[in-house]
Amino acid sequence: MTLPSTDQVWDWLHQVPDPEIPVISLTDLGIIRDVAFEGETCVVTVTPTYSGCPATSIINLDIETALRDHGLRDIELRRQLSPAWTTDWMTQEGRDKLAAYGIAPPQPAGGPDKCPHCGSHHVERLSQFGSTPCKAQWRCTDCLEPFDYFKCI
Amino acid sequence: MGAAEKLAEMTQEQLVQYLLRLGDNTLVLGHRVSEWCGKSPVLEEDIALANTALDLLGQTQLWLGRAADVQGEGKSADDLAFLRDVWDFRNVLLVELPNGDFGQTLMRQLLFDAYHAVLLAELVNSTDATISAIAEKASKEVAYHLERSRDTVIGLGDGTEESHNRMQAALDLLWPYVGEMFHSDAVDAAAVAAGIGPDPASLRPGFDAIVTAALAEATLVKPDSDFAHKGGRTGAMHTEHLGHMLCQMQWLQRAYPGNKW
Repeated sequence: MTLPSTDQVWDWLHQVPDPEIPVISLTDLGIIRDVAFEGETCVVTVTPTYSGCPATSIINLDIETALRDHGLRDIELRRQLSPAWTTDWMTQEGRDKLAAYGIAPPQPAGGPDKCPHCGSHHVERLSQFGSTPCKAQWRCTDCLEPFDYFKCI
Repeated sequence: MGAAEKLAEMTQEQLVQYLLRLGDNTLVLGHRVSEWCGKSPVLEEDIALANTALDLLGQTQLWLGRAADVQGEGKSADDLAFLRDVWDFRNVLLVELPNGDFGQTLMRQLLFDAYHAVLLAELVNSTDATISAIAEKASKEVAYHLERSRDTVIGLGDGTEESHNRMQAALDLLWPYVGEMFHSDAVDAAAVAAGIGPDPASLRPGFDAIVTAALAEATLVKPDSDFAHKGGRTGAMHTEHLGHMLCQMQWLQRAYPGNKW
């Protein structure tokens, strides 16, 4: 068979949603570190977000399923720990999608810029830990709504 | 050390022991912390503890996975976690102690997190590329653990009379288990010689800086005694509590060997 280009594979992976936060894709998240062909084998290098994140095995399964659906047969997933994943690798598109979904995107300052519901800058932290390993719990002191913040790592 | 100098090598058995110490600390503490799941004082704390346990168990997969690879007997991280008995565990005694109340759990967490953060910062420089990569990954997670355990110990120590007294009692109870983390033996000496990891004793000043400042802010008094219970990380002796914990943690694999999700 004719092998697709790596750009084509990247494009396919861009369509694979994160299993926990389906508004963003795996490439938005920045966890796909490399796509290459070694002979006939498509090698996708993936780095975990958090070492214990239960989504990791689902992500691997989703990658494999998506690429098989596009006709690839020989697929190898490689785990790469170093350099460790950082939220700096999240794309601007991913950040915008998170905000639109109601999750404040990561900020260099270490806390959310504004409430994703009403836009107020008056926000306070409830806990550095949230509903998934990658999120913290914050609250808006104006509209009083709690919200998730995608924390920096 | 000059680049031209050849580093000594750890024996395979020493490296396995070294990795078991790292993985058993995170496994046993991860399990202990997970015991709070669904019964913490408030929802936010329940979620925080569950997340901390999850990070520690994720790190365990990496450490014990590496230990199993080096061992070369075809075992997995799960085999090491679920099919070893008490005397084969190499965790420090501190992490196997029962949770006690919420304050005691968070005091133990601060003492371990401070040690863990200082240790991982050194292991990032390991000559073993896998150890270095795991440490780099884990240290990012542990920074959040330490931030939280420190804040919580300060909040409870410098809180009400009741919470203050409980935190002081927790500190008095746990302090004799601190020394073991900084005790060096032949395995550590071999790790230092091979550039695999730091001398545990060298981590003490960094630990003291973090803990002394936190305790001062928490208005808690650090005990004077340097007496240290030890034996966990060498496997010479564990407390009676570890066996009871393993009964619960391992029962499914013991009762239904090889069972999978």
